[in-house]
Amino acid sequence: MRFEDEPVPGYPLPILPGHTSPGRLERVLRSGGFAITSELDPPDSADPEDVYRRARVFDGYVDAINATDGSGANCHMSSLAVCALLTRVGYAPVMQISCRDKNRIAIQGDILGGAAMGVANMLCLTGDGVQSGDHPQAKPVFDLDCMSLLEIGRTLRDEHRFQSGRKVTFAPRVFFGAAANPFGLPFEWRAQRLAKKVAAGAQFIQTQYCYDVPRLKSFMQMVEDLGLSGKVFILVGVGPLRTAKAAEWMRTNVPGIHIPDSVIKRMAGAEKPALEGRQICIDIIQEVREIKGVSGVHIMAYRQEDTVPEIVDRSGVLAGRVPWYPGRDVPLSNLKETA
Amino acid sequence: MYSVRRWSVRHAGAMERFYQAFERAVVALDPLWRRIGYERLEKPVAAFEKVVKGFLFDCQMCGQCALSSTGMSCSMNCPKSLRNGPCGGVRANGNCEVKPDMRCVWVEAFEGSQRMREGQAAIRVVQIAVDRRLEGRSSWLKVARDKAVLKTEATR
Repeated sequence: MRFEDEPVPGYPLPILPGHTSPGRLERVLRSGGFAITSELDPPDSADPEDVYRRARVFDGYVDAINATDGSGANCHMSSLAVCALLTRVGYAPVMQISCRDKNRIAIQGDILGGAAMGVANMLCLTGDGVQSGDHPQAKPVFDLDCMSLLEIGRTLRDEHRFQSGRKVTFAPRVFFGAAANPFGLPFEWRAQRLAKKVAAGAQFIQTQYCYDVPRLKSFMQMVEDLGLSGKVFILVGVGPLRTAKAAEWMRTNVPGIHIPDSVIKRMAGAEKPALEGRQICIDIIQEVREIKGVSGVHIMAYRQEDTVPEIVDRSGVLAGRVPWYPGRDVPLSNLKETA
Repeated sequence: MYSVRRWSVRHAGAMERFYQAFERAVVALDPLWRRIGYERLEKPVAAFEKVVKGFLFDCQMCGQCALSSTGMSCSMNCPKSLRNGPCGGVRANGNCEVKPDMRCVWVEAFEGSQRMREGQAAIRVVQIAVDRRLEGRSSWLKVARDKAVLKTEATR
């Protein structure tokens, strides 16, 4: 899809009525498109080319790229810095903000700074506990939780003030998101918690990995019963499994990830497990797309990001649409000459 | 203590009834607290509150008690200090992802809220960010002072 008011790379789109951000992700979702987002594995390096190389993998296949914020409590290049690099060339990042490492003073500063650089989407997370990462000796901050973070972000944007009440002269224009785990315990409360996040300011949701479509369906039914359909865009988290052993390891060792036995069996019985893993992912994408209230998928292909184009392609969900990427409309060589 | 904390959640309904009566009394005594001086009362009352609520709920003295909104399960015992519901990492047995031997504070909270009259609605309301300046101070005195002010404003 090419918007007729498509700007120069790195410049924001005009904000349409009813929109809160100048971003492409919000545009795709509000125009009824099936959105695709993916996740960039932030480098353990200070080389910007490491970021660009990892982003280019997604060119033409995703509407926004998540920049993770010390995911799994492991140290990497910061989400703000990854976003700074990505927005320089026009990519649409989703800046993840975790409450684990920063207090409200730092976080509000990051929201302003991110928005100033052209970050249109921000994902408000509580964050993993420090014990699960590579620096268990670190101090967990958790000054805010994801809910109060959403609240504070929305206040900045809509009421033009910090939590302290002090005014900001130019409010950040951001599309705020949050995470949800439809498969976590206690099940009957998961939709309820989503309702709270929407009340706090979440406009879109990226969910935990989905390997159990029936359970997702019952979750989506609860979401609808709570009157949330139309109030929030839900992107279902999906991802290719590599082997049955890896899947088994994930479900026993990563809290909150639910993989049914049938999926493990399917992986174990496959001649080429990696191929089967991608096929399962594609099947799930096609199934969830038919569920009422699902607006897109968030593909998390950790350390196998290069499989994302194939998965998107074969799932057929883009239906011929080519999400914007640097160089899609104007060859980059032309831009360099004029710059 | 962990076992007492869980007992309190199992008796969240009775706790709620008791607290509501207790709160009415504390608020009604505002003129007395005012005469003695809230700041003078702060230290002894906070110390007493810490002993009582510490025993019953493993209270962490955040100074802005939300027990009535958290099914009588103190959410400051959550390793991530979540005040608005469980994170996505709750284990299959209902235990905490950070402390595998502890039952998730929020799984407890939801169960507790089901035993309460007003707690069921209260748990659905978004709790705003904690004011860290109140840590260690008495939540009871804060309630007495805040509600007494609201009451006089309403009658004015």
